[in-house]
Amino acid sequence: MGRYVIRRLLQMIPVFFGATLLIFLMVNVMGDPIAGLCGDRQCDPATAAQLEKEFGLDKPVWQQYLTYMGNVFTGDFGTAFNGQEVTELMASAFPVTIRLTIVAIFFEIVIGISLGVLTGLKRGRPVDTTVLLLTLVVISVPTFVTGLLLQLLLGVKWGWIKPAVSTDADFGELIVPGLVLASVSLAYVTRLTRTSIAENKRADYVRTAVAKGLPRRRVITRHLLRNSLIPVVTFIGTDIGALMGGAIVTERIFNIHGVGYQLYQGILRQNTQTVVGFVTVLVLVFLVANLLVDLLYAVLDPRIRYA
Amino acid sequence: MRGATHAKWAALATAVALAATACGGGDDSGGGGADGIVSSSWGDPQNPLEPANTNEVQGGKVLSMIFRGLKQYDPKTGEAKDMLAEKIETTDSTNFTITVKDGWTFSNGEKVTAQSFVDAWNYGAHLKNNQKNAYFFGQIEGYDQVHPEKGEPTAETMSGLKVTGPQTFTVKLTQKFSTWPVTLGYAAFAPLPKAFFDDHAGWLSKPVGNGPYTVDSYSKGSQMALKRWDAYPGTDKAQNGGVTLKVYTDNNTAYTDLTAGNLDLVDDVPASQLKNVEADLGDRYINVPAGIIQTLSFPFYDPAWNKPGQEKLRQGLSRAIDRAQITETIFQKTRTPAVDWTSPVLGEEGGYKDICGDLCKYDAAEAKKLVAEGGGIPGGTMKISYNADTGSHKEWVDAVCNSINRALGNDQACVGNPIGTFADYRNQVTTQKLKGPFRAGWQMDYPLIQNFLQPLYYTNASSNDGKYTDPEFDKLVDQANAESDTAKAVGLFQQAEEVLRDDMGAIPLWYQNGSAGYSDRVTNVSLNPFSVPVYDQIKVN
Repeated sequence: MGRYVIRRLLQMIPVFFGATLLIFLMVNVMGDPIAGLCGDRQCDPATAAQLEKEFGLDKPVWQQYLTYMGNVFTGDFGTAFNGQEVTELMASAFPVTIRLTIVAIFFEIVIGISLGVLTGLKRGRPVDTTVLLLTLVVISVPTFVTGLLLQLLLGVKWGWIKPAVSTDADFGELIVPGLVLASVSLAYVTRLTRTSIAENKRADYVRTAVAKGLPRRRVITRHLLRNSLIPVVTFIGTDIGALMGGAIVTERIFNIHGVGYQLYQGILRQNTQTVVGFVTVLVLVFLVANLLVDLLYAVLDPRIRYA
Repeated sequence: MRGATHAKWAALATAVALAATACGGGDDSGGGGADGIVSSSWGDPQNPLEPANTNEVQGGKVLSMIFRGLKQYDPKTGEAKDMLAEKIETTDSTNFTITVKDGWTFSNGEKVTAQSFVDAWNYGAHLKNNQKNAYFFGQIEGYDQVHPEKGEPTAETMSGLKVTGPQTFTVKLTQKFSTWPVTLGYAAFAPLPKAFFDDHAGWLSKPVGNGPYTVDSYSKGSQMALKRWDAYPGTDKAQNGGVTLKVYTDNNTAYTDLTAGNLDLVDDVPASQLKNVEADLGDRYINVPAGIIQTLSFPFYDPAWNKPGQEKLRQGLSRAIDRAQITETIFQKTRTPAVDWTSPVLGEEGGYKDICGDLCKYDAAEAKKLVAEGGGIPGGTMKISYNADTGSHKEWVDAVCNSINRALGNDQACVGNPIGTFADYRNQVTTQKLKGPFRAGWQMDYPLIQNFLQPLYYTNASSNDGKYTDPEFDKLVDQANAESDTAKAVGLFQQAEEVLRDDMGAIPLWYQNGSAGYSDRVTNVSLNPFSVPVYDQIKVN
């Protein structure tokens, strides 16, 4: 088990370097970021040259990358154009996004899996058809429509919530945005669980458990659900990374100053340091989440062993 | 039990992954009356908040509250009035003697002296400080030594600035510039306290100035709370207890927050909401001219676009654009069709005049004729380049192209050429990669006709992106700058504008308005000619 984890951790190293290099090159392809700093006028050449020197943009790309990576390993993610350290931006953005992700994942697990189990067990009944239809609606409506609609109804018309999240962004304020962010994944989790449960219901070990005379509750939770969760866990695990990096739309609608907003602004201002820094951390999150998913398999399914 | 071991590993790893939370707390609900707090929408300033480094509205908002310079532009008329200046004297339009009023201090108690100005200007001009507005000091003698175009600076301070007494200093310009004192209301010319130089990082995290407000708290990227400074010595004391600037991720969200009653002031009503604004806000919506003009520039550096006789082509294109229709349908009248190359905020005295005449009026038949006489569109199709990330540029460029295509009866005459980001767009503009007309927006720095003409159309000027050049135009601008009589100077600038019109060096499209909406908690809200809200006059009910 320990050796497996170490091997997986070692495998992360080349993935990490490859991913950051790609991001670095992509942001660089977008061209000279200095030109955008002076508004609708040309930066005076002397100041532009000075700024390029300061941000290291006058060097060839490979050298910029090496310097950047060197700095990253000493904990220095560089400085954004407005003079803020990228680490400072991260310290303010990541806690917010992590809270948002926790809320979203919570909804996915609680609502998604419950509905999945319910529909999986009552396959073909009216409740199954209703939930299936509902998930179809949720999947087909884009997030920004759900988001803006809920914001307008709950925030402006009925006044249940504040339409914009404050800078503190505590859990209470993030419930609705979290639900919006989770909505599509939630629908997928429901459908995945449903299919998985429906399939495993006919499996030999379930039949054996029923034949042994185990109580129905125990059959469902210990035997049926546990084994049916493997595809769902895979989905939720990869979704953690996707939710953190992909919350741009939701974060903009609800005024959440998280990772998505910082990335969006970094891209608009072609701020290499911000974009590469944030994406690097997101890559790490993805890798770790994937590792956790693989480890969870063994917990869920006793047949899976890691050596 | 094997399962348990696995569970421990997983739990441990999960705990590590989730070990990140932050503290919250704090609620800002201000009271009413004279001490009421105004909450206002904000965007993250693009550059560090230094006076000579702030060239956009978001940082400008803060500077307008915490700094007062020698001159202050009247929020209504835009006229430059003395603020900290006791008097500014000159006999030759080159050497100026400035006397700073006594009795002004920074909010930390330090006196505002002549030295406060000279130090600030020297800081702003010096190359090593990376100040993006450094060129504002370009007219001062000695600028070339502290800010050479190539190589290292050879001096620490500009030789044209001399402190002659505690409250007086002299300025020597490199050439005659009679209206130079009017430029001194720009934020770049603000005085700076010693704390700015002694503890720069500390100052940036909580700026200290001499304006009607002081910074109470500033959390970068999210919020700035400003409080009224009770000991402020000026006449324009704040009418409210303070202003809280809140960064919004999107101006649509800010607008929604305003309609829900959680925000008092939005100074940038999103284009998509303009249709609802009457219904949502009624008379709590402001739509006033601002010193911004949008034009279409031509790539004169490209031989295909720089042939003799092509002024007819450019004039024809100008007549092919139905400005009235576009401003009405796309911008809901938040733009006004342009009739010259300046802005209505200058007023008639300042030089705003219908100089373009018929050449800015839509006439399909005339347009077709002029374009044909001008040799037709180079290559048969022209691409109008714009940045697609902000400002609903796509909508109007497509509309302009439609208008041109309709007028010329040719579907292929004009197409839009979107460029992903503003930075990339500016990059392609400044490196002269664009092979066709491109959008140009100009927001005035100070309300002078000179500011609308010289930086944009003078040979090799800083913002002359299309490389327009005409010796007659240059000559008239030089004459106007040397003219000490303001009315005569304005006349000469207008003559220069006529030269520009005959060449059609750029097609004026429309003047941009500033727009703002506010809640019923506040009154007396207005925008100044720079489309920045006049915060100090806002009253809270």
